[in-house]
Amino acid sequence: MKLVICAGPATTGKTSVLRHMIRKLIDAGDRVVFLKIDVQYAEEDEQFAREFGIPTKKVYSGELCPDHCNVMVLGDALQWANRTGSTALVVETAGLCLRCSPYVDTGLGMIVLEATSGMNLPLKVGPMLSLADVAVVTKIDRVSQAEREVFRARIQDVAPSVRIREVNALHGIGIDPLVDMVRSSPDAAGRMLLRGNPPVGTCTICVGKKEVGWQSHFGVVRPLENQVFYRGE
Amino acid sequence: MIKTITILGGHGRDGQREPVEQIELKMGDVASIVGPTGSGKTTLINDIELFANANTPTGRRILINGQVAPAEYRDNPARNPIALITQHTTFLADLPVNEFLTTHARIRTTDHSQVDALVGKALSFANQLTGEPILVHSRMTELSGGQTRALLIADATIICNTPIVLLDEVENAGIHRTRALELLRQYQKIFIFVTHDPRIALLSDYRIVIGGGSMTQVLHTDEHERACSVRVSRLDDLLSGLRDRIRIGGRLTAEMMEEFS
Repeated sequence: MKLVICAGPATTGKTSVLRHMIRKLIDAGDRVVFLKIDVQYAEEDEQFAREFGIPTKKVYSGELCPDHCNVMVLGDALQWANRTGSTALVVETAGLCLRCSPYVDTGLGMIVLEATSGMNLPLKVGPMLSLADVAVVTKIDRVSQAEREVFRARIQDVAPSVRIREVNALHGIGIDPLVDMVRSSPDAAGRMLLRGNPPVGTCTICVGKKEVGWQSHFGVVRPLENQVFYRGE
Repeated sequence: MIKTITILGGHGRDGQREPVEQIELKMGDVASIVGPTGSGKTTLINDIELFANANTPTGRRILINGQVAPAEYRDNPARNPIALITQHTTFLADLPVNEFLTTHARIRTTDHSQVDALVGKALSFANQLTGEPILVHSRMTELSGGQTRALLIADATIICNTPIVLLDEVENAGIHRTRALELLRQYQKIFIFVTHDPRIALLSDYRIVIGGGSMTQVLHTDEHERACSVRVSRLDDLLSGLRDRIRIGGRLTAEMMEEFS
C-alpha cells in the first residue's frame, strides 16, 4: 500500500495538488482512497468522491489536536484502505501544527507551501518541512522568478535533504515527478511510527508514545469510525 | 551552450491547430510578441518559461537546441537558462534589497567571491532605469512599481545572466525604456518582449502576432519599417521629454508641440 501524507499551512493549495496527483495515480492504474483530517470543516472527501468515484472519508479532530487525531486514526485508515482493495491511501491533514509533523516512517511525506507566503515561512514551519520527503511550492505564477529562486533557497537552507518541486496547481504542471515519488516510496504495512519527536506535554503522544493506532494509547482516544462533532468554543 | 529555442505550435482557444506551426529563435535574436489584450501573449511566454511539452493548456512544445529541455532546468534553478520578467510591479519578498540580491546571486553563481560585485552591478543597472534610486537597505516590498521592474530587469540580466530573457510589457512600468533597450542590447542573449509599444516592436528583428490564443503570423521587420522606426523613436523620445518635464514640475509651451509636426 502506498501512503501519501500531505501537510502544509491552510490555503496553500494542498487540495489542488492532491487533485492532480490522484488523477494521475488513477490514470497510471492505482486504486486510490482518500482520507481528509480537519478540525471542524472539510468537503474535500465529497469533492474527490464525486470527481473520481473513489472511496473517501473524513474525520474531524474537534477537541483533539489534528496531528494527534492523525496518529489515532491512521492505523484504522490503512486497514480500511486494504479492505477496499486499494493500492494507495492519500491523507490530507489539517496541516496546522508547527511543532509536530504527521509523517510516518513509511510512505511519502509531502508539505505544500505557497511561494507568496513570505521568505521567512520555511524557517517557521519546523518539522512539518524538515521531516518531509518533498516540499511542493505552489502559486509560482504569483511572484517573480527571482523570488521563486530565493524562496527555494530558503527552503534548502532549513531542509537541505528535502526535495523541492515547483508546481502550477491550477493547470497541474509539475505534478508528474510527485506521482513518480509516490510510486517509488516504501510500502506502508502494519506497524507505523511517527518520524518526529513529539513536543513536551501530557498526552500519550506528547510523552513519547510514537506508535500509530488508538489501541496503543490511553486517555483521549479516537477510532476512525467515531465521528463525534465538535462545535468549538 | 544554447543556440536555439524552437516553439512548436499547439492549438488556439477554439481547439484548432495554430496557423504558425514552428518558430525557431536563434542566439542574439530580439523578438516581440504582439496582440490585443487577452489574446494569449503572456500564455506564450509562460509556455516558454515552463518548457511546455504538450502539458500546458495550449498543447505547445518548447525545444532547446532541437531537443526536449532537460529536467534539471526545472529541478535546479541555478541551471535554468530562462529569466522571466513578469508584469509584477510589487514584490512579496519581505527582505531588504541587498539581502534578497545577495541570496539570489549566491544561488546563481558558482564563484561566491563575485557575489558583492554582481549585486553592486545589478543595483547600478537598475538605478539607470529608475527616477528615484533604489536604496540597498529598503525592503523589497517598499519599492515603487518602476523600481520593482527596474530591479527585476537588472536581476535577470546581471545576476541570472541567462541566455534567454523574457520580458512581459516592460513599457508599463515607468522606467527609461530607451536606456533599458540600450543596456540590454549590450548582452548577447535571446530577448523576447511581450509588448504593445511600437518602438519596442520595430526595434525587434521580428514579431510574433497572437490572436484567439494562437500564433497567427511571424512578421520580420522590413526596410520600410526600419525607416519608420527612426521616426517612431523620435516621437517617443519627444513624448518622454514632455513626460519628464511634467514630472519635475515644469510647464509645456506651444513651441514644444512644433517638434511633433
